[in-house]
Amino acid sequence: MKVELYERIWMALAAVMIAGFLAVMISSSVAHAIHPPSHVETIDPAQVATDPDFSRPRVEVRPDGSALVVGTAEMFAFKPETVRVPRGRPVTFRLTSPDVIHGYQVVGTNANAMILPGYVTQFTVVFPRAGEYLVACNEYCGLAHHLMQGKVIVEEVRR
Amino acid sequence: MSDAATSGAGGTTMPGGAAASSAGSTAGASVEERAAAAARRHRLEVYHFAVAVAAFGLASVMGVMQSLTRTGVHVPFQNEAVYYMSMTAHGVLMAIVFTTFFIMGLGYVLLRETLGRIELEGLAWASWWVAVIGTAMTGVAIASGTSTVLYTFYPPLEAHWSFYLGATLVVVGSWGFCAVVIASYRAFRKANPGRPVPLAVHGILTTVIIWLLATTGLAVEDLTMLLPWSLGLVQKIDPLIARTWFWWFGHPLVYFWLLPAYVIWYTVLPRVAGGRLFSDQIARAVFVMFILFSTPVGFHHQFGDPGIGAGWKLAHSVATYIIIFPSLVTAFAVIASLETAGRIKGARGLFDWLGKLPWADPLFASVALAMLTFAIGGFGGAINAAYAMNGMVHNTAFIQGHFHLTVGTAVALTFLGACYWLLPRLLGRELRFRRLAQAQPYLWFAGMMMFSLTNHVTGLQGMPRRLFAVDYQGAAVARQWQGLTELSAAGGVVLFLSSLCFLAVVVATAFWGRRIAPPPIELAVPLSAPTTTRGVWDRFGLWSIVAVVLIAAAYAYPIYHLYAMHRFGSVGYQPF
Repeated sequence: MKVELYERIWMALAAVMIAGFLAVMISSSVAHAIHPPSHVETIDPAQVATDPDFSRPRVEVRPDGSALVVGTAEMFAFKPETVRVPRGRPVTFRLTSPDVIHGYQVVGTNANAMILPGYVTQFTVVFPRAGEYLVACNEYCGLAHHLMQGKVIVEEVRR
Repeated sequence: MSDAATSGAGGTTMPGGAAASSAGSTAGASVEERAAAAARRHRLEVYHFAVAVAAFGLASVMGVMQSLTRTGVHVPFQNEAVYYMSMTAHGVLMAIVFTTFFIMGLGYVLLRETLGRIELEGLAWASWWVAVIGTAMTGVAIASGTSTVLYTFYPPLEAHWSFYLGATLVVVGSWGFCAVVIASYRAFRKANPGRPVPLAVHGILTTVIIWLLATTGLAVEDLTMLLPWSLGLVQKIDPLIARTWFWWFGHPLVYFWLLPAYVIWYTVLPRVAGGRLFSDQIARAVFVMFILFSTPVGFHHQFGDPGIGAGWKLAHSVATYIIIFPSLVTAFAVIASLETAGRIKGARGLFDWLGKLPWADPLFASVALAMLTFAIGGFGGAINAAYAMNGMVHNTAFIQGHFHLTVGTAVALTFLGACYWLLPRLLGRELRFRRLAQAQPYLWFAGMMMFSLTNHVTGLQGMPRRLFAVDYQGAAVARQWQGLTELSAAGGVVLFLSSLCFLAVVVATAFWGRRIAPPPIELAVPLSAPTTTRGVWDRFGLWSIVAVVLIAAAYAYPIYHLYAMHRFGSVGYQPF
């Protein structure tokens, strides 16, 4: 196939740019272990209310200062509605839904995960700045979708 | 006749000569007779475009009402139920009905004009009826308020079974179109052994292959999951498996929309601009790359989902980046084709060829602005598909900003512009309100920049998509995006004005346009003589097999794993 010189140059530059994007993407995700929420665990959505773990929406601060948030997203509220977590420490969220699909987006951070009934969403984030953050449901879940909200309050660690 | 004058400039004879037949066969007849003959000849196509335009018009009204609702402007009949219902309808009508009917109509025009005839025209008509019945069924389901599940219809949100059945019928109708394209291609091969198929048909056949690969996923979701579940034959459905089949379909759907637009960019635009196609072979190579990499990429829509391993998501992300390449090649080839137009008209400098292009021609302006918009939308798409960056934008307003640039402008504006080019040729009528047709693409571009760029910004600020109200009951962070949401609504109003211009031109032309001798449908001629032998980029069977292998590599194990996992399933919910 005959390809003009300028077009060959363009194609080479395009390939180099894409290769550059991929190199950054793959190296950063591997080197810094940055991955989207990809935990694999199932749960019966009909049993969430009686599940020993998820029936107790809560925040646990562990001895090393990290925190565990266990909760649910359901039409049309998050449980717990307000979550207090330490600044600068790993915070692990474990969330599920007893009804339809919801989203869990801590606005202004990159904590953004889907919550599917039948599955447990688990991810760990570090919040670098203290403050009050809006948690929004970002997957349409019914007529009150736009009212479904919660709060993450990131606090300085007391010494 | 001004429309014909622009398209004839710089052209030479059609390869194969088949395209001249519409004008040539009725030479000697009166203008009235020739116009009537064209309308008879293109009845099938016109019926498809009629449905596409009607769907577009209806969905435009819903679009402007939705964007105004979010500003607090009082819009009649607006409440949560109507808002989310009309959003479902807007998505289905624009993204499925408008696009699919337009693409089928365009495919039939190109087959008829470049191959001389369409095989199985009876099946094409039957398919039109099936798709129309399906559209009506889904439309009634949505309007009844029982199916407010949005156009992604993720279970366990449960629509009425007729919503899923109607959507299935639209797809079945489109499969009829696929069969017609394949049969016409085979007839061409038989009559012209060893010759390459005309480029326009190459692009349409590519579209059809991608659509068949894509709709396999949708068919599995509809027939094995959604229909039996909504009919009550089974109680439970797995939301993750449904999403996985949906996105097997949902991303190549993007290329089903885009490739017919590329066909117009490669084969119609250079001709209308008065130039030559830069390279016929490059275009074929581009189309083949889309066959290969359109489908094994769906997990980039599911980065945030539980239940799918990170490694598979990364693999799909890589495949998504590969598919940026053919679009970058297209950008060069199409712009180089336009440069030839400027040079033929006497441009000498580095950039003055741009000024020689027919910016007042409705098709040219539409497509040029569509391409410009796609440059922005394409890079936005690369951000969405970026494995780690996606978390910043997933399900935010950034996404709706993105796809209104891509399908909502790069594709839709190309299709609207193509209507201005097609109508006089198909109906033998002069374009009415030519000034409106000239202004419409610029209005669309301006409105879409206001709408989409603001949505990109509010998305980065963290505003979710698909919201009836954006104030989060007074939350402080929500205040930063309210002003921009109002600006995006103003963009929605400009877009609506643009839609009205389009509808006025199309309706007035179709019913009251002055009868003219239909201008010939002529496509761009390559700069260098086209090859007369079938090359590697015309090996559709081979490339389809490679595509299936790639899809199997990307999906076989993850899907097997999902089905093998111990799962519970969900009952349906109708919170609307």
